[in-house]
Amino acid sequence: MRRFSWFNVVSLTLGFAFLYIPILILVIYSFNAGRNVAVWQGWSVRWYVEVFDDQQLLDAAWVTLKVGLVSASVATVLGTMAALAMARLGRFPGRLLFSGMIYAPLVMPEVITGLSLLLLFVAVDFDRGFWTITLAHITFTMCFVAVVVQSRLVGFDRSLEEAAMDLGCRPTATFFRITLPIIWPAVVSGWMLAFTLSLDDLVIASFATGPGATTLPMKIYSDVRLGVKPEINAVCTLVIAIISIAVIVASILTKRQEVEREKAERAAFAGG
Amino acid sequence: MAKTLGPVRRKFSPWNDPTAKPLIEFRNVVKRFGDFTAVDDVSLGIYEREFFALLGPSGCGKTTLMRMLAGFEHPSEGEIRLAGASLAGKQPYERPVNMMFQSYALFPHMSVEKNIAFGLVMDKMPKGEIETRVQEMLKLVKLEKFAKRKPHQLSGGQRQRVALARSLAKRPKVLLLDEPLGALDKKLREETQFELMDLQQELGMTFLIVTHDQEEAMTVADRIAVMDHGKLIQVAGPSEIYEQPNSRYVADFIGDINIVEGRVTAIDGGLIRMEAAAPRVSIVMEDDAATSVGATAWMAVRPEKVRISHDAPIETGVNAVHGEVWDIGYIGDTSVYHVKLDDGGTFRAAVANVSRTVERPIGWDDRVWLTWSKTAGVVLTA
Ligand SMILES: Nc1ncnc2c1ncn2[C@@H]1O[C@H](COP(=O)(O)OP(=O)(O)O)[C@@H](O)[C@H]1O
Ligand SMILES: [Mg+2]
Repeated sequence: MRRFSWFNVVSLTLGFAFLYIPILILVIYSFNAGRNVAVWQGWSVRWYVEVFDDQQLLDAAWVTLKVGLVSASVATVLGTMAALAMARLGRFPGRLLFSGMIYAPLVMPEVITGLSLLLLFVAVDFDRGFWTITLAHITFTMCFVAVVVQSRLVGFDRSLEEAAMDLGCRPTATFFRITLPIIWPAVVSGWMLAFTLSLDDLVIASFATGPGATTLPMKIYSDVRLGVKPEINAVCTLVIAIISIAVIVASILTKRQEVEREKAERAAFAGG
Repeated sequence: MAKTLGPVRRKFSPWNDPTAKPLIEFRNVVKRFGDFTAVDDVSLGIYEREFFALLGPSGCGKTTLMRMLAGFEHPSEGEIRLAGASLAGKQPYERPVNMMFQSYALFPHMSVEKNIAFGLVMDKMPKGEIETRVQEMLKLVKLEKFAKRKPHQLSGGQRQRVALARSLAKRPKVLLLDEPLGALDKKLREETQFELMDLQQELGMTFLIVTHDQEEAMTVADRIAVMDHGKLIQVAGPSEIYEQPNSRYVADFIGDINIVEGRVTAIDGGLIRMEAAAPRVSIVMEDDAATSVGATAWMAVRPEKVRISHDAPIETGVNAVHGEVWDIGYIGDTSVYHVKLDDGGTFRAAVANVSRTVERPIGWDDRVWLTWSKTAGVVLTA
């Protein structure tokens, strides 16, 4: 078998080019010395300096981060609980409706989710701002977490929990000592997914926000409408850098864990 | 077949002692799932230090009966008592009963020693004592070298032993074993059966084992309950189950047996006379089965109790049929002759292969007589 046929090489190159050339251009132009984004005028980091002088931009970044952390954490708890209920309650009246309702927000156009949330916040006369964005994000990311965790629970052997209870473990302790450690990877992936979704959401946040709470995507979007400023390129490059570093660190950690486990396994077999 | 009756059994039969109180008592227990009855009116007493087996085909309700004792299912009717107290309303984590699961259910994220220690940690046993107990259990199941491994780094047999050690660690009053050897190969199974018996004797615990393997039940258990469709059919010691089955179901389920249907023609002085249609033969058996003249009954006799010979019997008062050998099966130390009877039906006779050269060996297509005495088998009414 030839692993590298010409067709494979070409399609791989094209695919990657399609994905990464726009990003590459953005990164390169963030180092442009000139103000005009279309004309290359030599290397410079002046836009980065300006980003860190732009208090509005920094505030927006901070809001985004806070919304992401809070909403992802709450959504993970609620989503995991929903997934457990779906997997565990067996058949109960309205189960189909309930499970359908969990999946519905996945396919619901964001505009509709955003609008309905806005109507709700207006109806109950909720002060719109940081908390409404966070609530909105919890609502729409929760179902993603539920789906991710539920897929892990499908193969979960209930007799593990029964064995724990048989050995004297109460139900709550059983959840924390047995169930949670086993489904933990799915819970973490659910959290990461919720966090990323929250970070890059523009539509729902725009509906749910009020004066004083602007997220980074909203800020970038509104700035760009007035013309692309080189600063924005710099911000985006920073975001890309942060995300890349996070992904690399996460994969290194996983890899190291794997290596350690393998080492332990080898040691165990040598000892046995 | 008879070899599975195993070594000489200890003298132990509290169930024959009217003053003995059972440790575990099922009282008219019924379990329904929807409109399906999985356990049907089971009443049963199991005594302290008894090794008790629930035997029956897959799906007959053995696991359900055991799970009710462990507390994972609740009886729809009736009650279960342990040491004189009802278990109703007691949660699984409050019952002094431990279970070894069919799937082993080892905690995948814990090492072997953590798995074994789990129940002790739950009991808040002091750390030092836990360590001692875990070492003791590891030694008992010969897994000292594997203490630090995770379950996925063990072989099937080793996992089985970890599961056993974990369920024994708390020294429960009763150990429940759900098909504990089902996943092991035959040789390991047989070894483990004897290990289980030794363990049970050594620890003085009450073992309740679920199995669908009749040889396994016969080997390990003091008493066996044969189940069918949620009902207990017969509860008795292995030799009684084997020699005096109370129904065609039990006779057929345990080992090999010849069954002939007939009509009772006379009952006198402990003798039952029957006329059978296929094969057309008159049978006399010594049996006190509760039947009446004119009723349908079944005569059952084990192949190894049937004599096979080229010659017609000279003695009188034995039951005899004749036919032609159409198959011979060698099962190690015995040969089983399948005989097509002249008067209809087939019959089997098993002969121990004691000497390798027989004067006039019986071969395929030989004409033979099969005889059995009136005490060799039983008369069944169900
Ligand atoms: N939770 C349950 N819900 C519905 N039916 C069940 C449940 N548990 C067991 N059953 C049914 O009860 C019967 C007996 O099951 P089980 O006790 O597991 O049999 P065994 O262990 O003898 O093979 C089976 O027909 C099974 O399908
Ligand atoms: Mg079973």
